[in-house]
Amino acid sequence: MGRRVLLVEDEINIFEAISFLLSRDGWEVSGHGNGATALDEIARLDPDVLVLDVMLPGRSGLDILRDLRKQPETSDLPVLMLTAKGQSKDRDLALALGANAYLTKPFSNSEMVETLNRVATGGQKAGT
Amino acid sequence: MRERQNPVRRQSLTGTRIRERRLALAMRQSDLAQAVDISASYLNLIEHNKRKIGGKLVLDLARALKVEPSRLTEGMDATLSDMLQAAARDTARSFGPPAETDRIDELAGRFPGWTGLIGEQQKRIAALEAAVEGLQDRLSHDPVLAESMHEVLSTVAAIRSTSDILVREPDLDAQWRGRFHRNLHEEAERLSASATALLAHFEGQGARAETLTTPQEQVEAVFELAGHHFPEIEAGGVAAIPEVLGRMRALADDDARDLAARHLARYAADAARLPLSEVLAAAAEVDFDPQTLLPLAGGDAALLLRRLAALPQGGAEAVPAFGLATCDASGALLFRRRINAFSIPRYGSGCPLWPLYRALGRPMVPDSAVLDLPDGSRFRAWAVCQPIGPAGFGSEPVMEATMLLRALPDDAPASPGAVPVGPGCALCPREACAARRSGGRFG
Repeated sequence: MGRRVLLVEDEINIFEAISFLLSRDGWEVSGHGNGATALDEIARLDPDVLVLDVMLPGRSGLDILRDLRKQPETSDLPVLMLTAKGQSKDRDLALALGANAYLTKPFSNSEMVETLNRVATGGQKAGT
Repeated sequence: MRERQNPVRRQSLTGTRIRERRLALAMRQSDLAQAVDISASYLNLIEHNKRKIGGKLVLDLARALKVEPSRLTEGMDATLSDMLQAAARDTARSFGPPAETDRIDELAGRFPGWTGLIGEQQKRIAALEAAVEGLQDRLSHDPVLAESMHEVLSTVAAIRSTSDILVREPDLDAQWRGRFHRNLHEEAERLSASATALLAHFEGQGARAETLTTPQEQVEAVFELAGHHFPEIEAGGVAAIPEVLGRMRALADDDARDLAARHLARYAADAARLPLSEVLAAAAEVDFDPQTLLPLAGGDAALLLRRLAALPQGGAEAVPAFGLATCDASGALLFRRRINAFSIPRYGSGCPLWPLYRALGRPMVPDSAVLDLPDGSRFRAWAVCQPIGPAGFGSEPVMEATMLLRALPDDAPASPGAVPVGPGCALCPREACAARRSGGRFG
């Protein structure tokens, strides 16, 4: 079975593009678009790595990240956060809360794939 | 009653103004002295501000110099003086030699037109700076803008990723290619709508920014024009508000009209609770002293202070000039009735030592103090902080502070407990004041 990534992103067209890219790169991709139920979905799927958008309907990605780090089962789950460009406060807060990396929208496809692979293999905190 | 300025300050203006007016008329000192039946040497002392004058001599000099006596005796408006001080401190950081702030009175005496122009320019600069601050604040905290930017960036992210796949994946199967083309079309449509909405939002902001006069300023201006007194509402109550509002043609937008309507509604409510006929007669008997009049308002000090500030000027009762300021619990000024020699800034805060702000820390406790201003003028202030609107179980009251101001005559006895205050740190020359906020706006 391939490496599993859960992409929590409510923008369906972004999800489709990223999903296509990561599938080509050998990832088994799942998607979820609601912040309020994201924790349940993470627990159910138990992904190897999580791509988490900040602005989600129902619950902020930052709040979800905060809870993930509190729970022993997910405290070490690699998380790549997606933030909108210019929202540096979100980015800084994401890293402070324990995100492994962040990408700012709009990002390039190669950046996405490279960063996700680095995060999945325990690479250092990084972002654009 | 007319508020008066510090005698030294007034005299210094008077001599200088007499001299400048005489020179403007190309009149010799001896000729003017002869015209008013004094010696040339005495006139010389007067013109160099070494002799005080008053009464008949001022009238004679004014007649000889063909000006209104007030042109010679009236001191410079404290607000203008503060503005000039602020202009001097501001530009001192940009230009070479410092402005001669110790000679502001002389400047005003010699060049009243230019002085007024500098004051207006400074006021304009302050208003523009406040507008810029306001726009920056909107850009930082505008939820519509934040939402729009998120929408645009999300759309751009989708377009970038999708188009990149289409370009870099030549062997993409027809199903995926069709899906991505459709996605691109959707996102392009969405971006178009988002960009249009964002532009409309900015245009709206721009239109507001161009109207530098805020609704509050517009309302204060029309109230000032009316002398803060509305006989129709005094007589007809709430029903007269539309008529009064209809006359206020200077209100440029709906926000200003709404605000004016709210102030007039409060005026009508106040007039109903404390009718003019009662308060005017009673106030005249006790020299308009709020302390003595408090029982008349049933102990509602804020109501009394507002009613005193709304009394008609110029009648047989000789109502004194009152100033009024109200602020909310954050200290933001909500309304002001200006009074000469006491400047109440529209932008930023007033002086933290004003009883207006002191009252916020002691709700329901009426406060009074004599205030010493930097130019030597003195005012009596009465202030109180009270809840507004109806009380509710379990709900926090909305508090509002009110301060009434009245100038003290020059010959009023000294007040040992007088509080040295200013017009607000940004304009205040009291550098050593313990309440000063780190040098003020220009520090």
